Amino acid sequence: MHTVTVRIPTPLRTLTGGADEVTATGATIREVVIEMEGRFPGIKDRLLDEKGVRRFINVYLGDEDIRFLDGLDTQVKGGDQLSIVPAIAGG
Amino acid sequence: MPPRLARSLRFSTIAEAVGQTPLVRLDRAAREAPSVEVYAKLEFANPGGSVKDRAALRMISRALDDGRLSPDKILIDSTSGNTGVAYSLFGAALGVRIQLVMPSNVSKARKDITRAFGTEIIFSDPMEGSDGAIRKVRQIVDENPEKYFYPDQYSNPDNPLAHYYGTGAEILDQVGDRITHFVAGLGTSGTIMGTSKRLREHSRPIRCIAVEPADPLHGLEGLKHLPSSLIPPIHDAAGYDETMRVGTEEGWDMSDTLAREEAIHVGHSAGAVVYAAIEIAKKLHKEQQGGCVVAIIPDRGDRYFAPMKWEKLYLW
Repeated sequence: MHTVTVRIPTPLRTLTGGADEVTATGATIREVVIEMEGRFPGIKDRLLDEKGVRRFINVYLGDEDIRFLDGLDTQVKGGDQLSIVPAIAGG
Repeated sequence: MPPRLARSLRFSTIAEAVGQTPLVRLDRAAREAPSVEVYAKLEFANPGGSVKDRAALRMISRALDDGRLSPDKILIDSTSGNTGVAYSLFGAALGVRIQLVMPSNVSKARKDITRAFGTEIIFSDPMEGSDGAIRKVRQIVDENPEKYFYPDQYSNPDNPLAHYYGTGAEILDQVGDRITHFVAGLGTSGTIMGTSKRLREHSRPIRCIAVEPADPLHGLEGLKHLPSSLIPPIHDAAGYDETMRVGTEEGWDMSDTLAREEAIHVGHSAGAVVYAAIEIAKKLHKEQQGGCVVAIIPDRGDRYFAPMKWEKLYLW
């Protein structure tokens, strides 16, 4: 079980009470998402569908897209930074 | 551009190649609405590859005409990409230095395309999206206002006017005798505002529909979810009739369908717009057995191809 920081994009900050960064715990990214869901209900459904990370959502561990790691089963270490990167809107 | 009865394909500059884009019937994708004509207006046929050529050209040329832009100034703006490509193209064509602020997660293809024209890019925080780019460009311009021309596509009236004089007038030339519905995605809102204004002056009512993403966190690049965004000053909800909200999955799937069934490979925002157009067509088919729906295709799908990370592992 490790503590990581998660960077939250603007469209999801309504779920985190406005916070642009939160800490969360887990051994894998899947566990981190489930742990966050307990405190920020709705966030899991925004990020995941039944097949895993939604295809238009990009989750980065450090600088690496987790699709190129082990996806949701990617192991995290204490102090790692996860980023949820949204699509680009408008113009 | 002066009105012409027939399109001439011989131009003296690339800027003249903007507009007069083709309208193509979508029969297969709209097969569930056989009594309704559904047309796609292919804005990727513009020289910069997107609908944004129209607004960018008008904003630059009007500013050059009235002195807001001169050769000693830098044109700077925030853009998620297509407007940036258009600025870059006309900057090169008209001898204007261009700087763009874009979120760093914009597709690599578009960074490379804009740089190919000599444009300089300033990156903003990807977590802040396009609104972060807007805030950053405002800060840069505020620090040195005399150095820059900031067209600000979100509040520049020449953005919707490009569609009033261009897109809207062209659609009436192409299907003015039959169009009943017009559908466009909402990003800056320039396309829907300007085109709808022109279509509303037509002798018959034409229903104008804006398409927005269903959720704040979406994958329809180029479209804005207005309830969770900075509202563009050029936007006025009274300027069109209805908003349809389309999910990312529906938009992405329709992009695939259009490539496979209609041989038109479009970006995801176009997929969402055509999805909405076909939903409207199905309803018209059921309720009144007829109609004519025109959908705007902002750009081509290959603009969203990105080299995959694993490609780095290949030895070339």
